Amino acid sequence: MAKAFSRPKALSTTHTHYCPGCTHGIVHRLVAEAIDDLGIQEKTVGIAPVGCAVLAYNYFDCDFQEAAHGRAPAMATGIKRVRPDLMVFTYQGDGDLASIGMGEIIHAANRGEKFTTIFINNAIYGMTGGQMAPTTMPGQRATTAPLGGTRPRPACPSAWPTCWANWSPRICHPPGRAQTPAGQQGQKKPLSRRFNIKWKTGASVLWKWFPPVPPTGA
Amino acid sequence: MAKVLMKGNEAIGEAAIRAGCKNYFAYPITPQSEVAEYLSKRLPEEGGVFLQGESEVAVGYMIFGAAGAGERVMTTSSSPGISLMSEALSYIAAAQCPAVFVNIMRGGPGLGGILPSQGDYFQATKGGGHGDYHLLVLAPDGVQEAVEMTMQAFTLAEKYRNPVMIMGDGLIGQMMEPVEFPDGLKTEPTNKDDWATNGMAHRNSKKRNLVKSLFLDPTALNDNNLALKAKYAQMKKEEVQYELVNADTDYQVLITSYGTMSRVCRTAIDMLKEEGIEVAMLRPKTLFPFPEKAVFDASGKESCQAVISIEMSMGQMVEDVERCVKGRRPVEFYGECGGDIPSPEKIIEIIKALL
Repeated sequence: MAKAFSRPKALSTTHTHYCPGCTHGIVHRLVAEAIDDLGIQEKTVGIAPVGCAVLAYNYFDCDFQEAAHGRAPAMATGIKRVRPDLMVFTYQGDGDLASIGMGEIIHAANRGEKFTTIFINNAIYGMTGGQMAPTTMPGQRATTAPLGGTRPRPACPSAWPTCWANWSPRICHPPGRAQTPAGQQGQKKPLSRRFNIKWKTGASVLWKWFPPVPPTGA
Repeated sequence: MAKVLMKGNEAIGEAAIRAGCKNYFAYPITPQSEVAEYLSKRLPEEGGVFLQGESEVAVGYMIFGAAGAGERVMTTSSSPGISLMSEALSYIAAAQCPAVFVNIMRGGPGLGGILPSQGDYFQATKGGGHGDYHLLVLAPDGVQEAVEMTMQAFTLAEKYRNPVMIMGDGLIGQMMEPVEFPDGLKTEPTNKDDWATNGMAHRNSKKRNLVKSLFLDPTALNDNNLALKAKYAQMKKEEVQYELVNADTDYQVLITSYGTMSRVCRTAIDMLKEEGIEVAMLRPKTLFPFPEKAVFDASGKESCQAVISIEMSMGQMVEDVERCVKGRRPVEFYGECGGDIPSPEKIIEIIKALL
């Protein structure tokens, strides 16, 4: 009988340290499935961020480098430029990518670097304990925004990838939601396609949206 | 091979290619931008990678990525740019990756100036970035030595899996001198399959490699830092380089000086000799590891009344000199740091005042 469901080869057997309800594990699996689908596990190098996913290399079974906070796109650029035969991806949260690493991701995209970025947005600094991020929603409480995040333009925080996509044709992908089975399945094909295309062409940002903490400050 | 007349910055770029480095990432900054200009033309001819990054911060991590993937890689910058790269240097040293950084020093602190300086001695030898790490630091005194040290740097970086820094200055970068590129200094890259993220398929292995600097387990972090310490101890044992000038005489004063400044001191020593005054110089060629024993020994000569460290700084290497002389001779200092290089006449005046 054909096996219908199993652990992706590109995923290790290590139990994750992620909190209950967190969808990092699901996104890891989707990425691993894409790597398996394309048969590129042995040519893949991932870059781990600073943040909750800093230990991502414990959960993927492929070569990995660990970046300083926000610098994953620069490291991916370095690897891909000197070894264009490798498939390179970064895996970054919103503090890492949309705050301290904004410069690196924008310039990597503008140069058309040939790697893929998985952007995980939970609207907060998770690992350090819930401080305000540039993606924090209006009214959302954080340990450094006890009265609720205050932003003059409510649409901005959650719209970084959309802004970038409008700004550069080299960044494109509709946001995905990882917290429902339908959302997960909806991501799988685009993810494989994105890995395959961007391996050969230019940088891409995939956006995974986690439900933020409900705004309670307003 | 015949000598060619080259600007220091361009010669450093060419030396990297001759050493088998095909990958260069950089950001423009005076007085070293000619390295990038030169390599932007030369590297494509060699089938190599030239990339101008968006900042020195990013370039530091491009170097980290490329080095972690197991390829020979270099960047060049000048003092303020090296400050921005210092974060990456800490990570690269911690993750034990080989890479070559060239600092064509200019005056500081802050934006400082664009003229030659030796104000980054502390930064290069004592850290710069955070944590317990050292760079292996080479200090050439001219264009020829800059070429040779650049070529040797790749071999040393791979031997120790540690970043190597070449400490030039604006004068070495900008002046032209006749140079040759010794073929004998080119080495084959080491096999990096046991640690580099060069792809499992590339090394025909089922075991993945990790390049990282995070050790949450205190024992693991302690062990990693002890491994770094053992490498630094080996460097101190095997890599110390220095030159002694006029040291076979009964010298009355021992100068310690390096790089461009040592060239002026050399002239002053010749001029003083004509007046019958013997002065010796110890010129460190490696700033880390520092020639500790050589400084101790040279300062101990019976005829030697004083040691003076002469630098284009407010007094940085002098602290290491004092440490190594261990109090058995007075240690003096003279330095200028605005960008003007002290003249031989000025050095002579300073030396005579010590006698």
